[in-house]
Amino acid sequence: MTPRKKIEVDNLRLRYGQKEVIHGISFDVHENEILGVIGPAQSGKTSLLRCINRTIDFTPSAKVHGIIKVDGEDVRGVKNVYELRRKIGMVAPLPVGLPLSIYENVAFAPRSAGIRNPSWLDAHVEKCLRQAALWDEVKDRIDSLGTKLSGGQQQRLTIARALSHQPEILCLDEFSIAIDPVTTMRIEDVLKELKKEMTIILVTNLVQQARRLAARTMFLWNGEIVELDTTEVVFSEKPRDQRTYEYVNGIFG
Amino acid sequence: MFTETPMVRRKERRERVAKTFFAVMAAAMVIPVLLIVGWVVLKGAPAMSWEFFTTNPRRGGTEGGIWPALVGTVYLIVISLCVSAPIGVLAAVYLNEYAKDNWFTRIVNLAVVNLAGVPSIVHGLFGLGAFVYAMRFGKSILAASLTLSIMTLPVIIASTKEALSAVPRSFREACWNVGASRWQTIWRIVLPNSISGILTGVILQVSRTAGETAPVMFTGVATFTGVDGGLFLYHLKEQCMALSMHLYYIRTQASGAREELGYAIAATLLGVVLLVNATAIIFRIYLRSRKKW
Repeated sequence: MTPRKKIEVDNLRLRYGQKEVIHGISFDVHENEILGVIGPAQSGKTSLLRCINRTIDFTPSAKVHGIIKVDGEDVRGVKNVYELRRKIGMVAPLPVGLPLSIYENVAFAPRSAGIRNPSWLDAHVEKCLRQAALWDEVKDRIDSLGTKLSGGQQQRLTIARALSHQPEILCLDEFSIAIDPVTTMRIEDVLKELKKEMTIILVTNLVQQARRLAARTMFLWNGEIVELDTTEVVFSEKPRDQRTYEYVNGIFG
Repeated sequence: MFTETPMVRRKERRERVAKTFFAVMAAAMVIPVLLIVGWVVLKGAPAMSWEFFTTNPRRGGTEGGIWPALVGTVYLIVISLCVSAPIGVLAAVYLNEYAKDNWFTRIVNLAVVNLAGVPSIVHGLFGLGAFVYAMRFGKSILAASLTLSIMTLPVIIASTKEALSAVPRSFREACWNVGASRWQTIWRIVLPNSISGILTGVILQVSRTAGETAPVMFTGVATFTGVDGGLFLYHLKEQCMALSMHLYYIRTQASGAREELGYAIAATLLGVVLLVNATAIIFRIYLRSRKKW
């Protein structure tokens, strides 16, 4: 049985002004898998995520060519871009606690979607904070500022916020860059749980993180896919491309 | 290791010299403020009384009070800021949050910068042509206030843009990522976190509005008018008096005016500006205490 395709990318090209940063890549993301995306800086990983949820629209110089389909629908043709973004949870590299209370940080997205019901919001905020493994630490000070939390807590708050709009896809962009290894392991456990409910794209600069979590791993380099295969093959002694072997073993360039 | 060499001693001496120098410069700022305020208030005090503030001027301003000028100045400040603050803030929100970098935005930005550099007397002439004659407001409070609005608008736009761009872009991106529109982001995150900076820009324009004579003397401020006893004291289409203009008149045109009269008017002008500013500053302190980052 072939798995259902959650995201299909076909010949995607992205230019910022005159400079092309993604040179026509094609790949699929399967439903309920964790797809690891590895690659050095400037290889187009973040730009790729921004194309998928169309926040690339906020960069005026960006020009996108090619097709990205989410659930079979071309994202560049969607009539309700806010609904598309709610379908995709996005976690940025550096934790961003909005200057609101912890509660309002998580309630922000449902409120933006027009949900007002206080009892539903209360229950939902608790559920999202529990999913992000943060509830026990903040349940007594839910009305204090989100920006006052520590870095690791803020990153889990960011994850709770990304979960708050009940996404079907979760994109994590180097989420562990600013947090300690213990918190990272806790979040990785969270991700293993979430995989049952949603599709996860895990962009990471820690190749071992992709190895621990991802079913398949994509090696993106200079805006091109060098290799996309099951994680065992990518991390084996004999991946298809020599560059993959060198990158995952830290002898690249 | 860790011994004091001549180089270290030289370094520390320079450090002390620099620190003293900067501190003296900072303290020098206090002296003119104390001198101006103290001098004006001391010299003006004999002329100030309840009657001085609340009665019409008599005998060409050499006797009586300044009530119409006091009311007129407050009118000009309030009406002109009611026009320029909302327009300025909204324009700045557009320029900073929505506008793409294209020829239209560039022309608007260029216009803002150039308008800010126009001398106030030129604004006065523009107001005379545009509001008094072309729009047929006549010489009136309305025309004078609008002229002052045009004068303060570019500065409010510039300072508001500065305050808005101080809100980190990562906040905006976080909001967009969860499906909030630009407007939801501006209303719930950007404005609440820049409001104290926006207010600072507006506050600074209060004193400018109160003090300018040139833009209003062609457009709506008369040497002498009375105020009627009605609820609103002045009508918008009426001419009014203003403290700045009155001061100029008393010290240069009116013969036989006592010297302390001029100082008393100046002290009143300072008082009005301080009062309006104090209100805004208290409001700003309240807002800043709620700032979240």
